[in-house]
Amino acid sequence: MPDATTTPAVALSGIRKSYGPLEVLHGVSLAAREGEVISILGSSGSGKSTLLRCINMLEVPNGGSVAIHGETIALDQTPGRTPRPRNKVQVNLLRAKAAMVFQSFNLWSHLTILENLIEAPVHVQKRSRKDCLAEAEALLERVGIADKRHCYPTHLSGGQQQRAAIARALAMQPSVMLFDEPTSALDPELVGEVLKVMRDLAAEGRTMLIVTHEMAFARDVSTRTVFLHKGRIEEEGPPSEVFSNPRSERFRQFISREHLQGC
Amino acid sequence: MSFDLPFVAESFVALLRGIPLTLQLTVLSVVSGGILAFGLAFMRISRKWWLDAPAQFYIFVFRGTPLLVQIYIIYYGLSQFPVLRHSVLWPFLREAYWCAVLALAFNTAAYSAEIIRGGLLSVPAGQVEAARACGMSGLLLFRRIVMRLALRQMLPGYSNEIILMVKSTALASTITLLEITGMAAKLISESYRPVEIFVCAGAIYLAINFLVTRLFAWLEYAVTPKNRNSEERRA
Repeated sequence: MPDATTTPAVALSGIRKSYGPLEVLHGVSLAAREGEVISILGSSGSGKSTLLRCINMLEVPNGGSVAIHGETIALDQTPGRTPRPRNKVQVNLLRAKAAMVFQSFNLWSHLTILENLIEAPVHVQKRSRKDCLAEAEALLERVGIADKRHCYPTHLSGGQQQRAAIARALAMQPSVMLFDEPTSALDPELVGEVLKVMRDLAAEGRTMLIVTHEMAFARDVSTRTVFLHKGRIEEEGPPSEVFSNPRSERFRQFISREHLQGC
Repeated sequence: MSFDLPFVAESFVALLRGIPLTLQLTVLSVVSGGILAFGLAFMRISRKWWLDAPAQFYIFVFRGTPLLVQIYIIYYGLSQFPVLRHSVLWPFLREAYWCAVLALAFNTAAYSAEIIRGGLLSVPAGQVEAARACGMSGLLLFRRIVMRLALRQMLPGYSNEIILMVKSTALASTITLLEITGMAAKLISESYRPVEIFVCAGAIYLAINFLVTRLFAWLEYAVTPKNRNSEERRA
């Protein structure tokens, strides 16, 4: 029985991922403790999204291991073959524990917002429809789009869609939330409403891993910042330290460039 | 030429007796051909060449040859093979009815497979990924997400195929079946008045296809989220 206080919510160790001859992650290790909010920064092509997608097996790493709450995902990583999970059932159960929020929302367009929220809880987790509906209504209330519950995703603004997608992820009662550039597809004036929801989640102590370009958000909200460069962790530490006193020259350049873009 | 109304009415009523056979041929071939089409579509998108290649070849052959030729080959050709003549299938294969169903089913399967494949490929990858990330896979993912999104894209093309099938059953008249067109040919050989009779036959096909069109219009409405165009998507 693993000790709950020391077992990390997510533990990545030595993650390698390659596409054909191109290796995009060269053995990345990262552990997220319960309640930690980790922002993962990096320029495009640094492998930050791939790393996040390796956590819930949307990308299966060629090497290294992933454990969620101490449960290691069994992988078939025979060299020369496409890596794949050994046990689909295990992966499906763990995926529900590590819910994902995508850059492009990816709400199901044939379902209303409310139906989007209860789809996985009812059909994957086999929870009672009535309970799920009540919980979904409460979640929509919380992210501020309760009035949109019977609308289809296309009728919502980008910010509303992303808030609905966050609610959909929360509806699975996950223990970890994964955010893959959640505000990158949004108009600038809609970014704030999504970040506010994420701030609230962080404040209530949820474990979150966030791939983002929002420097201010990473600095203010995360408990730890990880900077990825060319498939390796280049800089890592509490935002108060790494932003004011970066050890790596590349991270120094990265924050000054991002800062200039923000002006 | 004068249009003899009482004769037209009489012929029309006579032709109505062909409707059940026309509908039977259509429904049987569309249902069995549709099942075959799903198999072919999955073979096509399997990304395994040994599944894709036979499906492609099948579709190439059945789309590339006339349906009439296919009907003739099945009806006149199969009896040439003693293996078939002595098989348990022979009681079926010697009947013009089942030969017509078989040819129509094989034919529609080829076209429908490509419609289904197009529908499946149109499903946005992001929505499938979101479903996977929620722990869906296999049949659940297909049933709850993929098929529902694909269906919307497939319906317009598939309604075309059904309309073509209703009309294609007319070719069954060439192998002795008395569906609407066969019935018309029989009446003409008795009366020598092709215009009135064929106009009546045409009107009946038109009526059937009107119903088919309405059915698909309703289906399309049913699977489309309401008032989609009322607000532009922003993102």
